[in-house]
Amino acid sequence: MAEMLEIRWHGRGGQGAKTAALLMAEAAAAAGKHIQAFPEYGPERMGAPVASYNRISDEPIRLHCGVESPRYVAVLDATFVGTIDFTAGVPDDGVIVINTTESPAEMRPKLGLKSDSIRLYTVDANGISQETIGRAIPNTPMMGALVKATGVLDLEELLEDTKQKLEKKFRNKPEIVEGNLEAIRRAYEEVQGE
Amino acid sequence: MSEVKDTAANQERTALTGNEAMAEAMRQIEPDVVAAYPITPQTEIVQIFSTFVSDGLVKTEYVPVESEHSAMSACVGSAASGARSMTATSANGLALMWEILYIASGTRLPIVMPVVNRALSGPINIHCDHSDTMGARDSGWIQLFSENAQEAYDNMFQAVRIAEHPDVLLPAMVTTDGFIISHGMEVVNTLDDRVVRDFVGEYKIPRNLLDVDNPITVGPLALQDFYFEHKVEQAHAMMRAKPVVQEIAEEYEKLTGRKYGYFEEYRLEDADVAVVVLGSTAGTAKVVVDDLRKEGIKAGLLKLRVFRPFPYEELREAVKHVNVIGVMDRSDSFASIGGPVFSELRAAMYDMDQRPLVTNYVYGLGGRDVDLHMIESAFRELLSIQDSGKVEQYVNYLGVRE
Repeated sequence: MAEMLEIRWHGRGGQGAKTAALLMAEAAAAAGKHIQAFPEYGPERMGAPVASYNRISDEPIRLHCGVESPRYVAVLDATFVGTIDFTAGVPDDGVIVINTTESPAEMRPKLGLKSDSIRLYTVDANGISQETIGRAIPNTPMMGALVKATGVLDLEELLEDTKQKLEKKFRNKPEIVEGNLEAIRRAYEEVQGE
Repeated sequence: MSEVKDTAANQERTALTGNEAMAEAMRQIEPDVVAAYPITPQTEIVQIFSTFVSDGLVKTEYVPVESEHSAMSACVGSAASGARSMTATSANGLALMWEILYIASGTRLPIVMPVVNRALSGPINIHCDHSDTMGARDSGWIQLFSENAQEAYDNMFQAVRIAEHPDVLLPAMVTTDGFIISHGMEVVNTLDDRVVRDFVGEYKIPRNLLDVDNPITVGPLALQDFYFEHKVEQAHAMMRAKPVVQEIAEEYEKLTGRKYGYFEEYRLEDADVAVVVLGSTAGTAKVVVDDLRKEGIKAGLLKLRVFRPFPYEELREAVKHVNVIGVMDRSDSFASIGGPVFSELRAAMYDMDQRPLVTNYVYGLGGRDVDLHMIESAFRELLSIQDSGKVEQYVNYLGVRE
């Protein structure tokens, strides 16, 4: 990859936007990339809109400023549609992935995108995580959807690294690890694009 | 920052936040005592370290004190007793340590402390600027600044060696930019535990309180008779720290392949205009330098790593050919002639026959983002100063609302 890729994650406090950015970065680093993952910090509280970011590159990354025009955007909460401008700065060749039960065709008119060439993907990450993990925690399935929509990483590399990281975190709960991996895989398969 | 080379250090490529990198460095140093109190954005460092203690990965005596004042006091006591002692803090926590900072340095105790730079209240703010450690610049502590998580990690080991060097015996703080580095994940090349153990060596101070065969007094009264001599000896120790910084950096480079010094020169050798900057913004500014070079503009950068001891002779030599310098300060010194880095560099250049013109950019207070456009605009101003030959204003506030 010649260019530096930038991803912006939008979620609500508790949905795992920060963790998604960290896991994504770790997986990319394990695949030999240079990475950054950083959250936007404010007064943290459950349910409040939060953002986090990734930079991924083959070269060392020196930038330490905010991400202004990310090519890739992951929206973990469909209630942001019409309330938060998650399309800000997205270039014409950008990709937006939204956690919703609606199709991309149903979603597009609601977004008022400045360019028709911005690609739109949707996936029911809440439904998938409910079925695989037992609660609506959309971050890991959104990683799978984002990888499918953007090709920023190889699915198997993401699964392998996420497995290692989650096994460390949930030593005594193997079912959580399995559920998350299944969620990533299902979202990868089920995400729809246009 | 250079890539992993095939060195003896047996390095491992890992993805870590700045706080994780510093906590990992502390695990590898394995100090005898850590006394700390949590404060954002530093909290994670001692929180992670405390899990190392409870998991039995280190034998450190962990003292969960009730304030930063107590944290530094406990470190003073333990360091004087012959124990390698560390703590960590940020902003208001550093401010609460104030009187003990001076006692630590005046008692010549080589305590090492990560400081995650954060703005001082008020108004209340948790984000990065350098006003906390810049305020402590005259407290007698060695100060090493870090651009990224890798440098924070590497600076920790070097700080231990510099502080504990028999010619020095002064406490040292290692800084990272709050949130930008402390909570940002990057690739860090970590060293083997054994390599770190060999590099930092054993904690040996010439005299300690528990050496009953050689009883000493620590922290005595010194009035008009001896206080002054203590302070001058402290000043000499800080001057002696300068060659030690360089010596340790060279040893560390041999071990890891990563080069450190008083400062880093980036495309400075033939620069007409240059910025002087410390911390994470140096990385962003290097990208601006590259962009301007593509336009044929001879832009350069000097990233200051060591603010105490201040390497004024080497700085003079490094910038003597530059026409215009913009010094970037992430803290202000209200209504003096510019921020701390500006006023010290400007004073250092006074004796030069041919001085660069110099102006000051105070930026990023309270975590205000400094992006490529802002830094580029500063460079454009340096170019117009070069044309006019005149500095109109000492202090410019970069990225502030009018």
